[in-house]
Amino acid sequence: MKKANLNRRSFLQATVLAGGGFMLGLYPKAAALAQGPPQAVLVPNDFIRIAADGIVTLTSRNTEIGQNIYNTLPMLIAEELDVDWKDVRVVRPDAHPRYGNQFTGGSSGTPGNWVPMRQMGAAGRQMLIAAAAITWGVVESECTTASGRVMHKASNRSASYGELAMKAAALPAPDFSKLKLKDPKDYKIIGTSTVSTEIKDIVTGKPIFGIDVKMPGMLYAVMQRTPVLGGKAVSANLDAIKALKGVKHAFIIEGRPLRSDYPNYLFEDPGFESGVAIVADSWWAAQSAREKLEVKWEAGKWGTQDSAENAKKAVELSKQTPMRTLRKDGDVDPVFSRTDIKAVESQYHIPFIAHGTMEPQNCTAHFKDGKLEIWSTSQIPQPGRAATAQLLKLNENDVTVHMVRGGGGFGRRAYNDIMLDAAWISKQINAPVKLLWSREDDIQHDYYRCGGFQFMKAAVDKDGKLVAWHDHFVAYGEGNNFAHDGGFQPGEFPARFVPNYRVQSSVMGLGLKTGALRAPYSNSTAWVIQSFIDELANAAGKDPVQFRLDLLTGTPLPLGQRERGLDASRMIGVINLVAEKSGWGKRKLPKGTAQGVAFHFSHSGYFAEVAEVTVNANKKIKVNKVWVAADVGSHIINPSSAETQVQGAVIDGLSEMMQEITLKNGAVVQSNYHQHPWLKMSQAPQIEVHFLKSNNSPTGLGEPALPPILPAVCNAIFTATGERIRTLPITKQGFSFA
Amino acid sequence: MIKLKVNGKNQQFDGDPEMPLLWVLRDELDLKGTKFGCGMGLCGACTVHVNGQPTRACFTPVSAVANKSLTTIEGLSPDGTHPVQVAWQDLDVPQCGYCQAGQIMSACALLAKTPKPTDAQIDEAMNGNLCRCGTYLRIRAAIHKAAEAAPAKASVKADAKPATRATRAGTRLLPNNKK
Repeated sequence: MKKANLNRRSFLQATVLAGGGFMLGLYPKAAALAQGPPQAVLVPNDFIRIAADGIVTLTSRNTEIGQNIYNTLPMLIAEELDVDWKDVRVVRPDAHPRYGNQFTGGSSGTPGNWVPMRQMGAAGRQMLIAAAAITWGVVESECTTASGRVMHKASNRSASYGELAMKAAALPAPDFSKLKLKDPKDYKIIGTSTVSTEIKDIVTGKPIFGIDVKMPGMLYAVMQRTPVLGGKAVSANLDAIKALKGVKHAFIIEGRPLRSDYPNYLFEDPGFESGVAIVADSWWAAQSAREKLEVKWEAGKWGTQDSAENAKKAVELSKQTPMRTLRKDGDVDPVFSRTDIKAVESQYHIPFIAHGTMEPQNCTAHFKDGKLEIWSTSQIPQPGRAATAQLLKLNENDVTVHMVRGGGGFGRRAYNDIMLDAAWISKQINAPVKLLWSREDDIQHDYYRCGGFQFMKAAVDKDGKLVAWHDHFVAYGEGNNFAHDGGFQPGEFPARFVPNYRVQSSVMGLGLKTGALRAPYSNSTAWVIQSFIDELANAAGKDPVQFRLDLLTGTPLPLGQRERGLDASRMIGVINLVAEKSGWGKRKLPKGTAQGVAFHFSHSGYFAEVAEVTVNANKKIKVNKVWVAADVGSHIINPSSAETQVQGAVIDGLSEMMQEITLKNGAVVQSNYHQHPWLKMSQAPQIEVHFLKSNNSPTGLGEPALPPILPAVCNAIFTATGERIRTLPITKQGFSFA
Repeated sequence: MIKLKVNGKNQQFDGDPEMPLLWVLRDELDLKGTKFGCGMGLCGACTVHVNGQPTRACFTPVSAVANKSLTTIEGLSPDGTHPVQVAWQDLDVPQCGYCQAGQIMSACALLAKTPKPTDAQIDEAMNGNLCRCGTYLRIRAAIHKAAEAAPAKASVKADAKPATRATRAGTRLLPNNKK
């Protein structure tokens, strides 16, 4: 993600609040220049508001989907503003460029806001100091702050921020480049656990989620989408549906033809599919009407797509010359023909899986008099606003998107398809409407984690050193291009650490939308790579931890263009830490119980994990305990939510080991949680989380903790049973969680 | 006309008797705390108490709860002071928070029956409540904490009266979690 730079892209503006108080906003330069500066004042952007009574209201510009961003970002502002957390209130913004980057995903919340949100707080503090200095006729440098007050020790004067707010608001905003940020040793909020700002609303059942949005005259919609991507609703028994009790409208949505299978589904263009919309005076009436709905579908070109056929095709492609070479170092082929090496060959099969957020997709839209108002849980509300304006041929300024708390995101809400559908339906019926999907809609119309096939071959020499690595990745996509988020991360380990290395790819067609799911790419490639490394450690007769440490030692080869590589010393740090904490190699475990290890670098985070599992004679797996060691930089902003993010990622990763989406006649077979399960409480292991603080800027936690858990568990299963899992879900090989 | 008592208040419903209780609560009575997750009783997000018994509202027809007494998350306490709600806040349990109303209702029902549950008893009572964010470890800890904090009979304020039968005609209760 691009990092927001306040100095370059924005300027600050302070505004006097009605009723007294102070408002410090961030406005984009480009927009201000285009429209003239007064525009920005008319639509004030309030990151910081200080009321006369000292209550500080801070805006968290990102969407809350469970990552606790309503705490993280305000904590950064509050720290540098120098106020007490107890005096802070947090508000949600609308989606608007004036907030800068509102992208919620890619674990970018922390790294993208670490500097700018602290600067925002420091700028506010500086203005309050200036106001006090003017009032008292003293120099700013003699003033200090604490707990929402400015003090001047020499004259023994002090004033609360609330008292100073009016005067501060009239002052020019300081130059961000000259702001002095706190010495970390003085932090009072960063590094201290704070409880979720909306926790009371959550435990008392307040209507804070997207699904809870309600407005006068609102109708309820469901949509029966084409079961096959690119298919069309040709006709339907709309008159019969409209005659049903409670039903107000029923109509076909033609959608937009697919531009292409590959680039059509991206953040900027979530697609607009064909289907039948039913609108009723209650959601239940609309949903019940679907049972009577008869639609004549035109399936289109993907109507015969079948997962089993795709798997066969992948094997055929694996035998042909790969279409592309993604990276090549040295030459693997001569190594494989040597007689003093041990070669290992394996095929790994990655299934498609769904997001299944607990809160099903929903969006409330109200089209009225040429203007559109939307309530959305989108992770990328600004592109949603733009895409909706484009679809309905509106000026973007006539579209307001209110950001509402989402019941889980995991990447699914990075696609605004439901926003387009809701907006379209509202315009058609000229009334406010809440479009809500059933769980079946959700599982069958996702932007799935892409599947794929990896055909691996590698060699270790007589000293047990990894000397050659070859991977033919048979992926989905179109032409030479990978499906969205279904490709291979350039520079992925062990690239640069093996003298002879080659990753190649072939691509086969796919009629299914794919997208980002928590730790995209990494959530599948880490499983393949770290499982295969275990196979190689076994072939080399080496301890899996030692084999990994050996691999990371030595000078890595250079990174290619657009490649991101790990810093070996940071990874070695977390591997050593997790080995120590888990008692790796030092604990005597009963028969059928074993530990497995894996590590992965993604989203700038370094994670090594050890899983201890017990497998019984019926191949029932109990994951007893997981140890996580992580290096995400110098500070853990909110230790309580950091721990729970990591624990949740581990549990999420274990769930992924049970999941699979398959296609039959072009349509998704699975429909609800019974066919696409998540881990239950009794299956959740103990999870011990250790952070290794390093001298690096803090990075995100939502994603990078997930990838290592799958291979760590599979590696433990191998040690416990001698059976290697190379196909997910684990049920394919007869395993299941106890 | 179906009569029911929700959080101590008498309510009437004049619509489709087949409408699941969940939608009557959410869209007719405007009690949005009870959540829709799956519509099949698979995830527990819609858990409410019917005569004290934890019940999945998403596939329980409203006709099946006629003349019964219901408690939803809104009925535990208006201000989050029920011991289970307090424990949830103290341990910062939720992530996204969507499933938590159902989790809390299942936890309250457990504690009403089993004031000092073991880990195994907690797992058994809570296994029908999925948490997609994976807050299970804190949920378990919060149940223990609530159990320590609360005198046994204070666990459920309203409707502490247990149901006379595990299953009554038309009322679908918790699926049996025994594997």
